[in-house]
Amino acid sequence: MIIKILGPGCTNCANLERVTRQAVADLGVNAEVEKVTDYAAILGYGVMSTPGLVVDDKVVLSGRVPTAAQVRELLAPLAS
Amino acid sequence: MTLAERLRPATPTRRWVALGAAAVAWFGLYAVNLPFWDWLVFDVVGLATESRLGSGVHFFLHDSVKILLLLAGIIFLVTVLRSFMSVERTRALLGGRREGVGNVMAAGLGVITPFCSCSAVPAFIGFVAAGVPVGVTLSFLIASPLVNEVAIALLFGLFGLGPTLLYVGAGLVIAVIAGFVLGKLKVERWIEPFVFETRLGGQVIDSSPGLTWDDRIQMGIEEVSEILHKIWPYLLVGIGLGAAIHGWAPEDFFTRYAGVGNPFAVVIAVLIGVPLYSNAAGIMPLVEALHDKGLPMGTLLAFMIAVVALSLPELILLRRVLKPPLIATFVAVTGTGIIAVGYLFNAVLA
Repeated sequence: MIIKILGPGCTNCANLERVTRQAVADLGVNAEVEKVTDYAAILGYGVMSTPGLVVDDKVVLSGRVPTAAQVRELLAPLAS
Repeated sequence: MTLAERLRPATPTRRWVALGAAAVAWFGLYAVNLPFWDWLVFDVVGLATESRLGSGVHFFLHDSVKILLLLAGIIFLVTVLRSFMSVERTRALLGGRREGVGNVMAAGLGVITPFCSCSAVPAFIGFVAAGVPVGVTLSFLIASPLVNEVAIALLFGLFGLGPTLLYVGAGLVIAVIAGFVLGKLKVERWIEPFVFETRLGGQVIDSSPGLTWDDRIQMGIEEVSEILHKIWPYLLVGIGLGAAIHGWAPEDFFTRYAGVGNPFAVVIAVLIGVPLYSNAAGIMPLVEALHDKGLPMGTLLAFMIAVVALSLPELILLRRVLKPPLIATFVAVTGTGIIAVGYLFNAVLA
């Protein structure tokens, strides 16, 4: 799967990337984690409050930094 | 695992019991703070109550604990309450509003919407793309950092309810008027063209529903630890300076230069405050000490608002969407509003 972290590069975005990478490692899924920092691209996903988390081009979360456990719960059903 | 994750309760009953216990502990600590330092500094260590060293040290210790408690309590409450709002919901409420009513709503929503300044640019674009007038959007962006929960916590703790309400009211009025004026100036030509070309794609996700109480409480704990982590150096420097002024500065030093006798005091305070980049936590202990030295509240509030409302990092972020003439106008209009509020309060409170 392809995971995108939406955000201009603030602390929250870095935190989201960290917990996401951790969740991916914990689940042992094969995923590519990319960062999207371009504002037009972020808005293109309909995300106004950063950070946003996009899995396979679908927004699953925005506006807050979840815990690694919460990201695991979000990713697990999508990781088939 | 983070601290907040480890604190996650297993059952709803345990959650409310833990929350209740935390509240009781908070009030207990707050109540023993003053007697404890009285006892330790004056009785055990034996410093004289009237001495500079004694009152300075006592001020520093008592204020540090009091401010930390207030910050933790109020940031937690505000974060939990704000988790019921979201930028997406605010945008939906503001879409299609006219200027005037829209400015008032935007300023109010700016206070209660959870908002990180790093979202300023996507929110700006998103609002404009949804048809929210530029002036109304600016009212939101001014109110959001201006009426700030850290400042509310400290003002309330150090000066009581009156000045706190004045501060909130002043912040709202400045945001409404500045946004309205900027909207009337037809500032669209000073906005980067890509803003108007960007289309909101996909489905706008509202992050606020679907959160459980445990989620909201966890967000509160995380916010408290994050903010305290971020501001403690400012806080210590601020309280240290405040303690120094409290104990050592000559009684009439500040009133002679910035007291009611100087008609330019408010303007000077704002001009000093704008480039100063601190946050409410660093500035408030200083404000308290200066107030004790006899400076008028209007001048001090104007100084504090100038420091908190207009910050270079935020202006640099906004530069991505606003052209330099609009940034300059933004600073000028907001600064003028702050100065006006300072004089008004000095006149009303004198």
